[in-house]
Amino acid sequence: MNGISSGFGAWNPIAWALLFVGVLAAGFLVRAFGKKSYKRGTGQTKVFLSGNEEPEASAALHVRGRHLYWGMIDGLSGYYRRVRALHTGVLNDYAAWFVGVLGLVFVILVLVR
Amino acid sequence: MTALTQHAPVLLIAVPLLGAFAVPLLGKLGRGARNTFVGLIALITAAFAGLLAAHIFGGGGAPTLYVLGGRGFGIPLPSGLSVPIRIILEPDGMSAFMALITALVTLTGAFFSFSYWKERSGGTLFYSLLMLLTAGIFGMELTGDMFNFFVFLEVTSIAACGLIGFRVWLKTSQEAGFKVMALYTLSGLFVLLAVGLLYGQYGGLNIAYLAGALTGSTLDIVALGLLLTGLTLKAGAVPLHMWAPDAYGEAPAPMSAVLVANSQASLYGLFRILFTLFGLTVSVAALGWILISLALLTIFVGVTMALVQNDIKRLIAYGAVSQIGYMLLGVGVGLAVSVTKPDFGFVAMQGGIFHMLNDAACIGLLFFASGAIVRAAGTRDLNRMGGLAHTMKWTSILFIIGAFALAGVPPFNGFASKFLIYEASFKLSPFLAVIAILSSILLLAVFVKVFQAAFLGARQEGLGGEAPMGMMVPMVALALVVVAFGLFPGFFVDRIVTPAANALWYGRDAYIGLVLGGGTP
Repeated sequence: MNGISSGFGAWNPIAWALLFVGVLAAGFLVRAFGKKSYKRGTGQTKVFLSGNEEPEASAALHVRGRHLYWGMIDGLSGYYRRVRALHTGVLNDYAAWFVGVLGLVFVILVLVR
Repeated sequence: MTALTQHAPVLLIAVPLLGAFAVPLLGKLGRGARNTFVGLIALITAAFAGLLAAHIFGGGGAPTLYVLGGRGFGIPLPSGLSVPIRIILEPDGMSAFMALITALVTLTGAFFSFSYWKERSGGTLFYSLLMLLTAGIFGMELTGDMFNFFVFLEVTSIAACGLIGFRVWLKTSQEAGFKVMALYTLSGLFVLLAVGLLYGQYGGLNIAYLAGALTGSTLDIVALGLLLTGLTLKAGAVPLHMWAPDAYGEAPAPMSAVLVANSQASLYGLFRILFTLFGLTVSVAALGWILISLALLTIFVGVTMALVQNDIKRLIAYGAVSQIGYMLLGVGVGLAVSVTKPDFGFVAMQGGIFHMLNDAACIGLLFFASGAIVRAAGTRDLNRMGGLAHTMKWTSILFIIGAFALAGVPPFNGFASKFLIYEASFKLSPFLAVIAILSSILLLAVFVKVFQAAFLGARQEGLGGEAPMGMMVPMVALALVVVAFGLFPGFFVDRIVTPAANALWYGRDAYIGLVLGGGTP
């Protein structure tokens, strides 16, 4: 009742959820074998970033939206330059796109008649 | 069949339409009376959608007839005539499926708005436009007449423009409203021209009558091209999507969700025209590949453009654009292989149709959550947000659910419909499935960016608190739909998705026969 089949593949979310819970439980089990003799609040539980002490949390340290994926976006700068150039914000351009697509659809539909 | 069930098709349009004009009167009695009235109208409309769906899905998705102006509500042909001339509503499985989507989004949108729009003025006009938009969407989904379809398309356009440009004190809002008005008008004019071409040739406007009369002439092909392009624009497919980020981004948050349902109604119109009106009178494989090409462009451009947005609402808007591509891909693959591999074509159709409902729920949830976020942060700019999870724990959880679902992460509902699309697309060409899967992964990365930028990080100064209960309840309701459809996809596919796909795939003859065969006794 809960699963679906595509004819050559199947998806059962309940089975997936049970497996997920099982893996989670196994993770906690492994964690339970960990060392229990550590002392909280000492160097044993301190967080280090690249060998440096973690700076105190502050709004200034927040990684903001524009900082994420900048490398990937920079790598795709050629693509983005072209695609952004198409989004002019000018209504005439949008209408031109509409007419262009209409023409293309006409050509295809007439050719395949 | 009870009287309420029998009259449900017309009441689904009439109740919100009358409500739209009654809201200004109720507004004179005060905000409480007005909101109670709007809430009641939304609930009653949703109940009628449920009644209609139960009746139609109970019959396996077969069409039913509702005739206005005749001696009986099931008699489409006047005595002695062979041409249907009355106003006819002909809902079938697909219409009922769309009505459920519309009811879900407008009901939650109305209730979310009570809290969202509480401190702002102009609520009466706002709700009036919402009711008008609701009536128009239901009209598009239920009508069996091409001209009435155009009329309802225009009703939705006018109401949508009003809602997009509602915040007249914002220049960006006015600009978006103007752009949408111009492009919707262009789309509507081309649809009207196509309707005129069909009427001029065959002397009728009824979809079933036209479907039975079409010969595949050159003028038919011209009409098909006009309808396809006009409705694709209103659905927001690339490269005709340029209005969508402005519209979804500038409209009030709950209305952005309703606008997505409006775009889906146009997509429904396109599917109805391709499958029921034109059927096999044109090359379905060519039509399928046109849809697939538009779908790939829409998916890829939508997702990649979302990645570079720093305005949370525009980012979600591009995400919404990309999902239209998945629906087009499912139905496009279905059309392309309808003759060669019909079994997989039907699976693709199921995926595309199922994704309409899934998208409405999760994109609605994301737009609602964005409304709550903007309310707390006081900005839409992701570069100026951070640390919201400290004060908005529940909203952050709900946002994760919506984002995972939209990106197709199991076990949420987006995965279930995308799974069907991936599998069927792979059967046609692995390239299609690869683009679809990679874009979903990229969309997940997009929402990781939003979550990091808005919710994580240290607590910031001057942030508002958690969304009020009035906003939280509609968000939780949509999240429950997302989870339920994700955990039990088989249940919903069997009961509502398959009858909807059947109605389009196999139902053309029944649709035509119900009108031309004399209707129901």
